[in-house]
This record gives sequence, structure tokens and C-alpha cells, in this order.
Amino acid sequence: MIALIPLLPLLGFLINGLWYAFFQAAPGRSKASAGLTGGIATLAILGSFVVSVLLFLQLQELPAQSRVLDQVLFPWISFGGFKLDLAFRLDPLASLFTLVVTGVGALIHLYSIGYMGHDATPGKFFAYLNLFCFAMLMLVLGASLPILFLGWEGVGLCSYLLIGYWYTDDEKASAGKKAFIVNRVGDLGFLLGMFLIFSVFGTLDFAVLQSAVTQGGQAALPAGVTEAAVTAICLLLFVGCMGKSAQIPLYVWLPDAMAGPTPVSALIHAATMVTSGIYMVARLNALFSLSPTAMAVVAVVGGVTAFFAATIAITQRDIKKVLAYSTVSQLGYMFLACGVGAYATGVFHVITHAFFKALMFLGAGSVIHGMHEEQDIMKMGGLRGKMPVTFFTFAMGWLAISGIPPFSGFFSKDEVLWLAFSSQHGSFLLWGLGALTAVMTAFYMTRLFSLTFLGKPRFDERKLGAAHGHDEGHGHAPAGVHESPWTMTAPLQVLALLSLVGGFIGIPHLSWIEHWLEPVIPAHHASAEVAPHMEWVLMALSVVGAVIGITVALRLYANLDRAKELAVRWAGLHRVLFNKWYVDELYDALFVRPIHGLSQVLWKRLDVAVIDRLVLGFGKASLWSGQAVRVIQTGSIQLYALVLLIGIVVSVGYLIYGMA
Amino acid sequence: MAWLDSHLLTTTVFLPLVWAVIGLLIPTGAPGGRAALRGWSLAGTLLVFAVSLLIYQRYDAGGAEFQLAESAAWLPALGINYRLGTDGISLWLVLLTTFLMPVAVLSSFRAIETREREYYFLLLFLETAMLGAFVALDIFLFYVFWEMLLIPMYFLIGIWGGKDRVYAAMKFFLYTLVGSLLMLVAIFYLAYQHKLQFGTYSAAFVDLYRLKLPGADYTSAQSLLFLAFALAFAIKVPLFPLHTWLPDAHVQAPTAGSVILAAILLKMGGYGFMRIAFPLFPQAVALYQVPFMVLGAVAVLYGAWVAMVQPDIKKLVAYSSVSHMGYVVLGLFSLNSIAVTGSYYQMLNHGISTGALFLLVGMIYERRHTREISAFGGLTRVMPLFAVAFMIVTLSSIALPGTNGFVGEFLILLGAWQVSPALTAVAGLGVIFGAVYMLWMFQRVMFGPLKHKENEGLKDLSFREMLVLAPMIVAIFGMGIFPNFVFDKLSPSIDRFVARSTTAANPAQGE
Repeated sequence: MIALIPLLPLLGFLINGLWYAFFQAAPGRSKASAGLTGGIATLAILGSFVVSVLLFLQLQELPAQSRVLDQVLFPWISFGGFKLDLAFRLDPLASLFTLVVTGVGALIHLYSIGYMGHDATPGKFFAYLNLFCFAMLMLVLGASLPILFLGWEGVGLCSYLLIGYWYTDDEKASAGKKAFIVNRVGDLGFLLGMFLIFSVFGTLDFAVLQSAVTQGGQAALPAGVTEAAVTAICLLLFVGCMGKSAQIPLYVWLPDAMAGPTPVSALIHAATMVTSGIYMVARLNALFSLSPTAMAVVAVVGGVTAFFAATIAITQRDIKKVLAYSTVSQLGYMFLACGVGAYATGVFHVITHAFFKALMFLGAGSVIHGMHEEQDIMKMGGLRGKMPVTFFTFAMGWLAISGIPPFSGFFSKDEVLWLAFSSQHGSFLLWGLGALTAVMTAFYMTRLFSLTFLGKPRFDERKLGAAHGHDEGHGHAPAGVHESPWTMTAPLQVLALLSLVGGFIGIPHLSWIEHWLEPVIPAHHASAEVAPHMEWVLMALSVVGAVIGITVALRLYANLDRAKELAVRWAGLHRVLFNKWYVDELYDALFVRPIHGLSQVLWKRLDVAVIDRLVLGFGKASLWSGQAVRVIQTGSIQLYALVLLIGIVVSVGYLIYGMA
Repeated sequence: MAWLDSHLLTTTVFLPLVWAVIGLLIPTGAPGGRAALRGWSLAGTLLVFAVSLLIYQRYDAGGAEFQLAESAAWLPALGINYRLGTDGISLWLVLLTTFLMPVAVLSSFRAIETREREYYFLLLFLETAMLGAFVALDIFLFYVFWEMLLIPMYFLIGIWGGKDRVYAAMKFFLYTLVGSLLMLVAIFYLAYQHKLQFGTYSAAFVDLYRLKLPGADYTSAQSLLFLAFALAFAIKVPLFPLHTWLPDAHVQAPTAGSVILAAILLKMGGYGFMRIAFPLFPQAVALYQVPFMVLGAVAVLYGAWVAMVQPDIKKLVAYSSVSHMGYVVLGLFSLNSIAVTGSYYQMLNHGISTGALFLLVGMIYERRHTREISAFGGLTRVMPLFAVAFMIVTLSSIALPGTNGFVGEFLILLGAWQVSPALTAVAGLGVIFGAVYMLWMFQRVMFGPLKHKENEGLKDLSFREMLVLAPMIVAIFGMGIFPNFVFDKLSPSIDRFVARSTTAANPAQGE
């Protein structure tokens, strides 16, 4: 039954993929419609959503401590002293993720039917989208690290394929390649971490590992294992998380990943795949809890990334880039939570973020669709009246991410901040970083919202739709701004509702989600030194901060000239932020160019000029001399043929002689 | 049938040669003659594959070490005999060979238009030599097959090769010969040692495994003999820095030649290490373990970096072989069952994925008569099926989980980590740079706009080409998802190999 969850989308992929490759792909062949191919894909993922719900209910029936369902498909890699099954395990943590992945996934599939309606090759798109869901569900359901890794690299592949979906544009193809390669850097860390786990614990299975590092429900170092070893394991695995979940220093691929179609940005690069790192840390929480050093690194990297990405988001003009940096920033919050030991809160923020960020990406997609591929928010404005559903639903996402109660983001973000302060691993500094980021988040999201929907239009409606084309084949019939079709607005409305009420699964002190996750993530104990009333003080502070951020941005961007004036006055800072702190340029100078140059030198100076000559010279000298060398250099093939023929005759002669 | 049953290996080995000789009689000048020759050759390789499946079926993983054994006196006075037999290590390389030969033949139908009779003769002759080397249980017989390989390969490159074929063939020939000469001396020494220790000459592997040779230091008999064999095998692998014959040989060879060269000939090196150099000289292996692991790890990175900057696709694939075979050496010298199993699997994988890459490169070469990466770009638009196949093979080459490549690389690194985390980390960088050179090449060939007019009318895969690629793609996923199919009939032999090669720890074996 568990296997159905990933296998249904795999089936969808095979149907659409084979159908496309063999019957639609050839130039000149007619392509199946988005309705048909998207319908198949949506049904597939909807099917696994239904299975996920049924299994969730089944889990709920069980007593808390035995909420685990196992399914072994077959032994994958087994020989002598090594045994690895292709096995799934559904526990409360995995169950939550399957619900989010298939639920939000199904909504985004449905949305894509509308969004990709004019695309040239929807069959290919939906095949990839289903393949992604398959890999993501393998990642979530894998019972051991290698199965998780299988999904981990699988989602990376789909991300690569979908970022470069419009492959004829070199820039988009490069963005896909960059995503894959940066992720591979992280994956190497993941692999090495896995190897170290195997040599320290002798297993790669989550359950065995979990029982090795827990005693009486609490994390405890097993005999013979040093804390240094655990720290090394956690840090190596966390390198993997930095890649997949876009944390400093490996976040650079995610903003570029916005080259992919917008539903892809919503599903893969906001709601699901990029949260894999948090999933892994939560899955291995017992291990991480054994290393205060590793936890501190996770918390600091998360906190700093949250702040750093927010600074960049403030100045970006591309609607998707703002959302991308915001995603990096929000992922930082999740790691901040994990790093202070509040794994369940990290997971809680994964879920609310999946709702409101998917909502905003889809909203942005709706705007881009309606604006005929315009992505620059400076050229938008006043869309409130023209796209009312998009406007209204987007507003829900905006308020949620800004942390306004009772929207979902408020609950999860506030819990992250409170625990960053109050946990025994927390500190005032971590809280301060998070709180400052929260104010900035409210500010830049309001800026985005205001520039897009409020004020007066800063574009000429008659010219829209006349000259677009970079999303080739993505054409639109009617000119002028228009609201999107129901397949697009319906998912927006569902997600808006979830963004509004989703936070109630994690109300402070009554948190359903913490309770639900308890079999996997032991209950969190607050530090005794923190006064209980501080929780309410800090909550009030963060709401005030959000309101300030919103108010300042609303007033500033109501008059664009004033905002521009400000950018001129702070020109230096603005330039640095707008150019994303020049990190891409830095990496280019530090890694890309030197390695490329070195490789050229190795090839031309070492391989060809030194080794080749040395070995060839040695070979010639040792085999022949004088006359013979001259003969070789004539390159007379007949001569060699003769030599070799003699060789054959001698060999065969030997053979016959010997037999006789 | 009874004769076939008792001579299954001989039949498999010599059937291609017999078939090839008969093929020479087909009058290619007559109408339909050339098609008949092609059909005949394809049928022959398919028949050999079918016969080799019988070997798979008869081989019992739980049984004796060498099975289906045959022997006949040859030069009994010198202890040299015609001895064949197979264990798990031979078995899968035999199957790899018989599996790939029909593919190689089928891929040649359009590419080879001159002197076809000689071409198919040499191809089948080559198959006999390769199969013979993999199942020979007599070290001299092994040597004969090993040298015999050179002849058809030399001509395949020298006659049907590219512009610099003569230079490349010569280089290939020289390199291999240098390695072989020392090996021959070492073989005679071993047979003589057997006489000294047991009173008779013998060249049988099972007899030689019992030899006791001093192996305490870097200049002991074991060390010197090990180095003599290691040189020959390292050249074949090819191990950095003895790899420079490979790029030239690959680039110049015709497609089928490159496929066989990469897929099977290089495996002779790994096989030689496993059959001869390790079990015969365990103490020397222990002494040289670290240097060779270093060379393996360096090769992984070096091959990947140099591959990255190649302007010619075929050369890029050739250097990627250096990188992939570096993993094999790293794993073999790690000497635990996980890494060695991974290494062996990686040899099979490399045969499939690199073989498939050469097939793909050959297909676009036949259309455009160039292999310069810069001559392409945007091919996906006109060749979508080709793009799918190319992508799958690329993923196999960069070891994506679910494909065969992952199983090998994962096991090698997992096993090597237990010996040297540092070297594993260095070799692990290949995980990153493998993706860099493959995806960058893929992008420049397949993505972007169709910028060259000549590429606009390119035809997608023909039915024959699909038939060529289909078995490779099936193998890529089959071996990625069900590796136990291979391991079941491999792992007892690997365990025996590891036990025999690590007895160095036990001083009773040596001095």
C-alpha cells in the first residue's frame, strides 16, 4: 500500500513520458493537449494523495508509539556482508510530508493545466512533474539513507530537467546545470556522511540507527562512539542540506532556478524539494541532538542565511527572484529551528511555508500569465482590479509570510523565534537575527505586494502581449491583462484557505503537530532559565515588528519616487544588494576559472607535452633502436601486418605442435 | 549435446572464430552479398550470446571455485596446458562481452563501407581472443589470448580508423607491448618457481596460487613480480599516468572499435589484477596498496578535469574512462568485499555506459562527420529520441541512483572509506566533476538554439539505431535496480578473491 504513493506518479511519468517520446516528440508531430496530459498527471498524483490520506488515518488509529508502517519491496543491493533493501517506512513524520507533497503537488498539477495550456510540449512537462513527485516521495518514504539519497538525487535530476525545460534558451539550460552541480557538491557531503555513519554504526537503516543513538526515548551516545564522530557525521550530512535546501554557501543555484516554469518554482523550489534538508535533519534528530557543535552550526547557518537572503530580496525587481530569495530566507528559519533543537517547529514551518509560498508563487505565475510574461514588478502596479482572485489570494500569502495573526505563518514563525530565544541551545543573538529578518520579510513582501497590485498601472495595456516570446510557444490569445482560468484560480483559493488556517495545527502549548511527531521527535524541553511570560512579550514584539515593516513599506512604495530617491542616496549599498553581494562573481573567480585553467594546463602541458612524450620515448627506445626507429616512423602498415602475421603463425604453430 | 555440455567454454570461445572464417567465404561482390555478410556476423554474435547464457545457467554460485572446466595437454613438459574454466569473476565479463558484440556488429552496418569482409572477420576474431583471455585458467594460455587481442584491434584502428589512425594504432601497440614483455618474463619465472617448489613446471592458476614467494619488502620477489604484472595491467586499465594511448586510440578507432576497447579491453586490466596480480602476490599488494589507491584517486580527478576541457566529444568520453577506471583501481586496492564488489560492478557499468556513449557519438558522427562539440548545439529539437537516449546514458555515466553507475560508485566509495577517508574524499570529488563535464558537454551538444544550419535537417534515430541502444538502456536500468541479479552469482568468488589477496596479514603465507 505504501509503495502506491510513489508508484502512482511513476506510472503517470511512464505513460506521459513514453507517449511523448515515441509519438509526440518528433518535429512536425502534433502534441497532446495540456488538458489530456495534465489530466493524466493530476490523476496520478491525486491518487497518491488519496492513498496518503488513507494511510494517515490508518496511522492515527494506532497507539502513538507503534505508528509505523513498513513495506519491503525487494533486496536492492545485497551480497556477503552488505544488505540493503528497497524498503519504505511510513511514520508520523513521513506521513505529514507525503500529505504535503501529494496535496500541494496535486493542486500545482491542476494549476499547471491552465498555466501550460499554450506550451508547445505539455506531455514532456507533465511527465517530468510526475517523475519529480515520484522521486520526492521516495525521499520521504525511504527506510534507509541510501533510499532517501535515491530520492534526493532524483529530485535533483527533475529540478535540472525542469529548470532547463525551455532548453533552447542557453541561459535557462545553464541555470539547470548550475543547480545540478551545486547540489552535487552538497551530495558529496551527504555521501561522505553516509559512509561515516556506516563505519561508525555499521548500518544505514533509520530505525536501527535511531535505536543505536537513543536510550529511554532520549538521545544518548552509544558506547565506543565519540561525540567528535557524531559531529563529523552531522556536519557532512548538513553540507548536503546546504545544497538541497539552499543555505549559505550553496544557495546560489536557487535564485537562478527561477528560469523554470512558475509551477515548478512553486512545487519544487518552494514547497517540497528544498525542504528535503529539513526533512533529513528532522529524520536524524536523535543524531543531531548528540552534537551541540553541529546543532550550533545548523542554527547559525540557518539564521545567517535567513538574514542574508532577506537583504537581497529587498532590492530585487523580478517578482520570482524576490520570492526565491524569500524562500532561501524562510528555509534558513527552518534550520534555525532545527539547530536549537526544535525539530518539530522546523517541520511545522515547512508545512505552513509550503502553503503560503506555493500560493505566492502560483499567484506570481498568474500575474506573469496575465501580464504576458512580464516579471519586472517595476512594470506592474494596479493589478488589484484586473486580477481580483489573484490579488485577494496573494494577499493571504503576503499576510501569512509577514507574520500577521492568525495567518499560518504567524504561528510557525513565532514558534521558531520563541524557541530560538528560549531553547537551551538558543540565545538572544539568534532570536535577534530571526526577529530582524522578520521585520525585513514584512517589508520586502509588502514592497512586492504594493508594487504589483496596488497603486496605478506602470505599463501600457495595449502593448502587452504584442511582443513576447522568451517563453517560446507560451503564447496567449487575448491582449491586455486578464484573470487566469479556473484551473489556476481554484488552487490559489485552496492554498489561500490553507495559508489562513494552516497555523492552527501548531497553536502554542496545544500544538497538534508536536504531539503527532512525538514518536519521531521527542518533546522539546524549554530552558528553565527563561521566564514563561517572555513568550508573550516576544510574540507581541514580533507582531509589532511585522506591522512596522508593513507600514513603512506601504508608505514608501505608495510614492515610487521617494523609494527611488532612497535608492540613489544609498547607491553603494543598493548596488551591492541588487547584485546579490557579488557572490556568483566571487565563486566564478575562486572556483570556476582556476579549475578550468588548471584543467587546460594539465591537458596540454602535462598529458600531451610531458607524459605522452616520456612514455612514448621510453617505449620506442626500449623496443627498437637505430634503423628500427626509422622504420616505425615511416608508419608502414604493411610492415606491421607482416610482423603480426608472423606472430600469429608462431602462436598457431605452437598450438598445433603442442597438441600433437 | 553431450559434447557441447562438456565443452561449453571452448564452444563459446571459438565459435566466433569459426563463424568468422566461414564469413570470409561470403562473396561480398555478389548482389546482396554485403547484406548477407552483415546478417551472418550478427547472427554469429547472437548465437554466441545465446551459448554464453548456458554458461550463466550452468554456473552454480555455491559450487566449486572454477566450473565448466576443460583441459587438454598442450606443452605438458613445460606445465603449459589448454585449461579453461569460469568463476563468478570470469562469468560476468564473458557475458558483458557476448552481450556487447551483437551491439557492436549492428552499430557497424552503416559506419563501415570498405573491406567489410575483413572488418567482420577481425571483429569476431577479437571476440574469440577476449573470451579466451577471460576463461583461460593457464597463465600462458591467458598470455596467448592477451597478445592475440592486439592483432585485430591494431588493424581495426589502423584500417578503419580516422585521420591519424596509423599513429594511434602504433601507440596502442607500443604501449601494450611494453607492458606485455615484462609480463612474459614474469610468467616464465613463475612456472620455474613452481618447478623449484613442487618439482614440476606448471602454469595453471590454481597451482601458482600455492606458490610461496618472499614478499617482505619493496624489492622482494613478490614485489618485483607484482610490478611486472601491474605495469601490463595498469597500462590496459589504463591507470594514470599510463593512460595517454587511450585518447588517441579511442578517437581514431571506428565506433565499434571504441566500444569494444572501452567496454571490454580495458577490463582486461582489471581482470588481470583480480586473476593474477592480487592472489599471487598478496604481500606485495599490501605494500603497494596506498600508492595505487593514490593513483586511482588522482586518476578519478585528473581524468574528470582533463575531460572537462576537451573540444572533441570522443576525446571527452575517452578521458572520462580514465576517471571511471580510476574508481575501479581505488576500489580493488581497498581490498574489502564491498569496495571490490563495487569495482567489479563498475567495470561492467563502464562497459555499458561508456560503450553506449561511444555508440551515441558514432551516431552523430555518421550524420555530421565531425565530433567537435562546437559544431553542435540544440540537437534536442531535431533529434528528440536521440536526446532521451543520450540523457539516460549521461545519467548512468554520472552515477545517478537508479542507474547502474550508482551501485558501483557507491560501493567503491563506501568500501574505500573504511580504508582511507581522505582518498575517498578526493575520489569523491569525481562525483562533482563527473557531473560538470558530462552536463556541460550535453548542454553544448543538445541544448541551446540550433545555431548551425547543417544540423537543421538531422534525422532522429533510425529503427536499427534504436535496436542498438535499447539493450544498453535496458542494462542501465536493469543493473541499477536489480544489481542482485549479478551479485548472486558473483559474491562467493569476490569473497574468495578478497580472502586470497589479503593473506599478507598472515606471515605463514610469505617468507
